[in-house]
Amino acid sequence: MSTTTSNLSQGAAATKDKSSIIGRGNKEGNQLFRDWFQELTTAPQRGEHSAYVFVMGSMAEVLQSFGIHTIFPEVNGLQTAVRHVADDYIAQGEDYGFSTDVCGYVKADVGLQLRGGDHPMGKIPKPSLAVYTNACNTYLKWAEIWERMYNMPSVTIDVPGSRAAGRHTWSGHVDFENDLKYVRGQIDELITVCEQVTGKKFDIDRLRETMHYSNVMLERYERLVELNKAVPAPYNAVTDGTVYLGVANGFRGRAEGAQYFTDLVEEMEYKVANKIGTTFEEKYRLVFVGVPCYPIFRRFNEMFTEWGGAFVGSSYMWFASGGANTGFQYDLDNPMDSLAEGLLVTTRDAMDTMFFSNRNIVDNIEPYKIDGVVYHPIKSCRTVSTGLADNRRAVIDESGAATLFIESDHMDKRVVSEAQMKNRIDAFFEGLATRKVREGR
Amino acid sequence: MAYAGGVDVGSTQTKAVIINEKLEIVGRALTDTGSNVTVAAENAFNEAIRNADIHEEEEGVEFIVGTGYGRYKVTFGDAQTTEISCHGRGAVHMFPGTRTVVDMGGQDTKAIRVAETGEILDFVMNDKCAAGTGRFLGAAASALGVPLGELGGVALKSSRPVKISTTCTVFADGEILSLIGKGKKVEDVLLGVHQSVVSRALSLMRRVGIEKEVTFTGGVANNIGMVTVLNQELGFDVNVSSDSHYMGALGAALFAMDRIMASRKGQHGMAEVK
Repeated sequence: MSTTTSNLSQGAAATKDKSSIIGRGNKEGNQLFRDWFQELTTAPQRGEHSAYVFVMGSMAEVLQSFGIHTIFPEVNGLQTAVRHVADDYIAQGEDYGFSTDVCGYVKADVGLQLRGGDHPMGKIPKPSLAVYTNACNTYLKWAEIWERMYNMPSVTIDVPGSRAAGRHTWSGHVDFENDLKYVRGQIDELITVCEQVTGKKFDIDRLRETMHYSNVMLERYERLVELNKAVPAPYNAVTDGTVYLGVANGFRGRAEGAQYFTDLVEEMEYKVANKIGTTFEEKYRLVFVGVPCYPIFRRFNEMFTEWGGAFVGSSYMWFASGGANTGFQYDLDNPMDSLAEGLLVTTRDAMDTMFFSNRNIVDNIEPYKIDGVVYHPIKSCRTVSTGLADNRRAVIDESGAATLFIESDHMDKRVVSEAQMKNRIDAFFEGLATRKVREGR
Repeated sequence: MAYAGGVDVGSTQTKAVIINEKLEIVGRALTDTGSNVTVAAENAFNEAIRNADIHEEEEGVEFIVGTGYGRYKVTFGDAQTTEISCHGRGAVHMFPGTRTVVDMGGQDTKAIRVAETGEILDFVMNDKCAAGTGRFLGAAASALGVPLGELGGVALKSSRPVKISTTCTVFADGEILSLIGKGKKVEDVLLGVHQSVVSRALSLMRRVGIEKEVTFTGGVANNIGMVTVLNQELGFDVNVSSDSHYMGALGAALFAMDRIMASRKGQHGMAEVK
């Protein structure tokens, strides 16, 4: 197995008119997404195992090395919302006994399990195991549901390190090395469980291969995020970003994922070089904080684009990629320790972008030429929403940035009020317009 | 003489204001919004024209801005602006020292921080729940059989306000009747209701930062009980105009006049107006 990128083509459109690559990322991303669900649908027929995992610390490299499919219940959930059927799944979860206060993803997943995995994108297989980190406390309780439903093992990986914003330790520091050992020990336990579930011996060279593909993906993903510093921004970090996130999670550790992001960066670099933006005239550059409003996803975005508001950054692209934006590179000569270090650093970063996002936002305002910050706390997820009001205050105090604070949900349409949301969004842009006039921009 | 119009279609009532070139209010009107928003807007506007005693054929209203939730239903209007911008603009016009605006309407309470130019620096609103809005006062009035216009006066007779534990409008009847059932006086319950609503509004105001002067706008500003409790809690007096209820419509009319003046100068017009 090569550990370089030489086995990946350097952009499919290298020798032809490059303008044809515009839009390729979304088209191929959506196709990959459909292929992935089809692959999952047929996995049980091939006797293949699946693991339920989460976007922050999916351990895809280890699982892929065993040939175990990764299934993301969060992605399944948001797909029901985007396809306007989440209400049915959530209702089934509530009928089963879950309170309206419980995360919409969890309840939709319970509905999905009660339907035997029937999902608009295909049939979701039952899990052979579940793997999750402590990045979200709901993950732990969620996995307990599957344990009881399917009598399968679940592996918790407790990732330490989020001690305070900007006060992390790094390789060589005694605290970091202790954290590393702690995480490494848990990965060893995960490998033992994978061996038991699949009956296969762990193959470290196969792990190196999956880590190599992740290296390519992570390096490209970091570049992708940076490319949106360009004016106009080549992609919308909320809408297009969600497509990229789907591939980043579903195809992590796989050749297809590495190739996709190689091609995507090629497309975006071409757009930047030719000053090609998204589908509308960019008047205001925004950063989005939180989880998108999937029940009215298209309309939600339109309410911004109608005013020329372009999302050039999104904390969602940071934490929901499991920290891929860090561009962390695994050391393939020392894969096990490096895997632990990668998990520690990227999951820690993913958590920090939720808990301390004010720092990240303030640091990005100038390089990304941000006009406004849009906070979107959601009712059903306190993990990503708690503290956003204070966060907003801190960002205003430190940077003077214009901000918008709108609450709804990522799944539950019952708590989405489009009229109220539009009112706030319109007022936000009215303020931005006045500010631009005042500043002579 | 040029005239400009502002029509504020709120969830409960629709307000219309006509101003002249001197930015003086020359006509105003108020009507219940009801189920036909467009008709309500037309009725309010036509009534404001009559009130202004101007003749449309000779000296018509040149530009009309719609605001409020029903702003896109002001079909005869020329542009729309949110009531957040309009209340800010109206409040600064009426009280130039205004830096914080608290607007209480039928289903919304807004806290707005404004610059001396009227520019909106920051704003927050109650979320989807109507707790802490005029709707809760309306529910209390209904439960106790006190006319809405007398609510504040009755509340201020109290010397022992009752602590209201919920501001849920849906459960207001039950909560209030339960207190009356326990022998609490109507005025004590009502003062508790006012304190509770003010408490929610203060929470919003703190989120944008309370800076003097504070101007109280919206229909609830007509309630003397609310003004008194708000003054007590803030420790200083807020600005209240007899036209507080019309502040959104006034702001809309001022934006409309900007357009008229800009058009005369060959300029594009105010950025706020979409």
